[in-house]
Amino acid sequence: MSVARLEDLPLVTGRGNFAGDVSFPHQLHMRVVRSPYAHGHLKVIDVAEARQLPGVIAVWTADDIADLSPIDFREGPNEKLAPFRQPVLAKDYVRYAGEPLAAVFATDPYVAEDAADLINIEVDELDAVTDAFAQPSEFEGALTTEPTICRQGYGDVALAFKDAAVIVELDLSVGRHSGVPLETRGAIGRYDAARDVLELHGAAKVPHKNRESLARMLGRSPAGIHLFEGHVGGGFGVRGEIYPEDIIVLVAALRLGRPVKWLEDRREHMMAANHSRQQRHRIRAAVDAKGCLLGIDDDFFHDQGAYIRTHGTRVADIACGILPGPYHVPNFRVSGHFRLTNKTPAATYRSPGRYETNFVREQLMDAIARKLGLSRIEVRRRNLIGPHEMPFERPLIALGDEVVLDSGDYEGLLDKALARCEWDKLESDVLRRRGAGEYVGLGLAMYVEKSGLGPTDGARINVHTNGDVEVITGGASVGQGFETVIAQVCAETLGVDYRRVRVVHGRTDRIEYGLGAHATRATVMTANAAAVAAVKVRTKAVHMAAQLLQQDPSSLTIADGNVVRTDGVGASISLGDVAHQLRPTSSTRGDRDPGLAAEGWFTTAHMTYPYGVQIAQINVDPGTGAVQVEKMLIAFDVGRAINPMLVRGQLVGGFVQGLGGALFEEFQYDDRGQPLSVTFADYLIPTASEVPEVDVLIAEDARSACNPLGIKGAGEGGVAAVGAVIASAVDDALGGKGLISRIPITPQVLKSIIDDLEVQGSRESVAADNGLPAGPD
Amino acid sequence: MNARREINLTINGTHYAVTVEARRTLVDVIRDDCGLTGTHIGCEHGVCGACTILLDGEPMRSCLMFAVQAHGRSLRTVEGLQRGERLHPMQEAFMRHHGLQCGFCTPGFLMLAVGVLEKRPDLTDEELIEILSSNLCRCTGYENIIKAVRAAAVNMKAPA
Repeated sequence: MSVARLEDLPLVTGRGNFAGDVSFPHQLHMRVVRSPYAHGHLKVIDVAEARQLPGVIAVWTADDIADLSPIDFREGPNEKLAPFRQPVLAKDYVRYAGEPLAAVFATDPYVAEDAADLINIEVDELDAVTDAFAQPSEFEGALTTEPTICRQGYGDVALAFKDAAVIVELDLSVGRHSGVPLETRGAIGRYDAARDVLELHGAAKVPHKNRESLARMLGRSPAGIHLFEGHVGGGFGVRGEIYPEDIIVLVAALRLGRPVKWLEDRREHMMAANHSRQQRHRIRAAVDAKGCLLGIDDDFFHDQGAYIRTHGTRVADIACGILPGPYHVPNFRVSGHFRLTNKTPAATYRSPGRYETNFVREQLMDAIARKLGLSRIEVRRRNLIGPHEMPFERPLIALGDEVVLDSGDYEGLLDKALARCEWDKLESDVLRRRGAGEYVGLGLAMYVEKSGLGPTDGARINVHTNGDVEVITGGASVGQGFETVIAQVCAETLGVDYRRVRVVHGRTDRIEYGLGAHATRATVMTANAAAVAAVKVRTKAVHMAAQLLQQDPSSLTIADGNVVRTDGVGASISLGDVAHQLRPTSSTRGDRDPGLAAEGWFTTAHMTYPYGVQIAQINVDPGTGAVQVEKMLIAFDVGRAINPMLVRGQLVGGFVQGLGGALFEEFQYDDRGQPLSVTFADYLIPTASEVPEVDVLIAEDARSACNPLGIKGAGEGGVAAVGAVIASAVDDALGGKGLISRIPITPQVLKSIIDDLEVQGSRESVAADNGLPAGPD
Repeated sequence: MNARREINLTINGTHYAVTVEARRTLVDVIRDDCGLTGTHIGCEHGVCGACTILLDGEPMRSCLMFAVQAHGRSLRTVEGLQRGERLHPMQEAFMRHHGLQCGFCTPGFLMLAVGVLEKRPDLTDEELIEILSSNLCRCTGYENIIKAVRAAAVNMKAPA
């Protein structure tokens, strides 16, 4: 049910608690000094003058924290990748512009910046690697800039290509994007010596996993370090990983004996927080005469940037596992060349590995249709996995999980989407307009998302004696409406108003375990765990009430926070009173454990796979190369929508974010590895003017087979196929010739394609006038 | 550069006398010296609009001004929208229409929309979208922000 969000009141009244709003008495302010060079030998960091500035308490370089290891991988040690981890502060080498070299601690943030400006850095600059497609070069010693190749596959690909009636080959690239949340990162370290507890405020996404990593890196007991998530101004996969700054504020808080606050500025964010997406795919498909895929063979080049951060090779791995999408691919081989360049390190960004491969695979399907003279819809129909084949096991791995498509009627959703947008009508309309000289096109993309990464999550519910309910989760909120959804699920089972449910998240001091908010898992995992706990609480409440009311438990239910008879007759008791009767000192509770409380755990064997269809109609201004989206449909099956308003919000918001990556956003670098997109004037994210009205079709046809609530996640379904659908539509507008080979499709690129087409077109029309074929120059 | 000056600001009707460096931005003074942290800092180069406040009734990027430039002037921030327990129609509309997710850009959008609609209550849809495109949101895709502002525009005209 689309109930109002519990989160909103503090946020619309200016009472939020974002990282920048967290302050402690006597805190110091940290400023990070970053490398102005992309690649080089670090010769000198002269901090003498900075240290003299009044108000400066300390200046650290790598030598001051020589005892700290580079930043660990979230999923634990990995010997092969370990040499490529990022040091907390650079030593000997700098490998990207923006790499932390030193940290200044001062009593005032302005003074900290002044001091940072006084630090003199000398670097012997080396050639920068800016293209992951180039031959690997030396990283250090015998190590090259290709730490690993991610390979997956099955079947006999060579045979498939031997048997093929048609082979389609494409070379496709995705630009470098990132989540770019409106709130930059922030971290506040505080050491409470009285309790010997080190605290990190401004945490997000995966506080519990980060506590484990930080405890390991800092050599502390996990009981002596706690993470606190306040409000989070957008996550998108970027925020909440462990970065150098998180570690420095903690160590500084310990060693300097004062709280240390660090807030990132926007320019820093653009070169310090994780980048994502950049890949080049050289992909081939073997197809039979009817347009059925026999095999796919893909070599891709993943531009990881300068170091391997907390995610390891996760994005490239997901790309490998998800690439086949909703289609039968009888034989498959993929090699992901995981390569380092002298750019900001990369990791996950909302729909990692899928935004890229959905673009690649759907372009491939369009190309197959073109080559065989089929419609783009027909070629998809001939290859879709059918509902009777579910669950569909695919011998691939994504996020460490075997890919088992749990449920879905892909063709059913395609038909619904086509009917909803009146595709045939749109198509004839577009053809008519194109005939009249307009550059207008229709695009279609189909995709399978993934959500609900397990394996296990837990929640604890406690009903207070006033009837208020507290749910303690290890989940995290990144603004998606987590509190509301969890409250709704608990309220439904407990028979209370969801507004009386308080949801705790993002605090390691309240619950021992937690998976946080990533991989579209919060609703699937945490809501199911909360539902398990709620059922236990309900049972306990009903049994206690049955004793007090002298009724049979089966004759009772809970409504509006009261245990009542199902027939509505007779006495009732409020949940608060039941909780009171269950207090430790109560004589009526008998041998029941005290408290109207329970803990619930939910474990799943596999992820669940929502799926979607996106359809876009666009036009291109031939004078400027600008693309305008005229119509947009997102059809997405989430199994079951707990709060359709929030699902729609996720899908539309995701779509607009994806539109940025399809048309505008790109982190560009010059040949020396200097970042060219470090402001909002250079890295263009969509505004209200670029956004079309979006039609959203939320389908609930295929409940997840993986969890009792039947839900699949919605967090990444909006963004996942936007690059794909916009590229398809723009290509259609240009006559369906396969002219789009990379996203973002910027006005400059499009203008030059159109200029070429128009020169060619006028040549053809001159040739036609002369009764001659239009030949090459 | 580091000389300190005494300035007077009136924020949401309350008088603040603060001594600040001339180089200190208005948004830092609002947040750190006056303790009103509802105004957010998103880019510090005047593009995102998260720091939008009303300066003598006009929407203004408080990251692009020095506090000394606001000396003697009257400011309104998100904390001043509410009247006691009663939310401003714009706040209500953002809640009702799911016009926010993470909420970080929200104060800026609220102040922008309120400031503009107070002066020009009869904006066309086109003008409204043009004005709202001066602030950035990364979560909602704007559709619900536009809906909320349209709805509030009607309610702001209704007699209280």
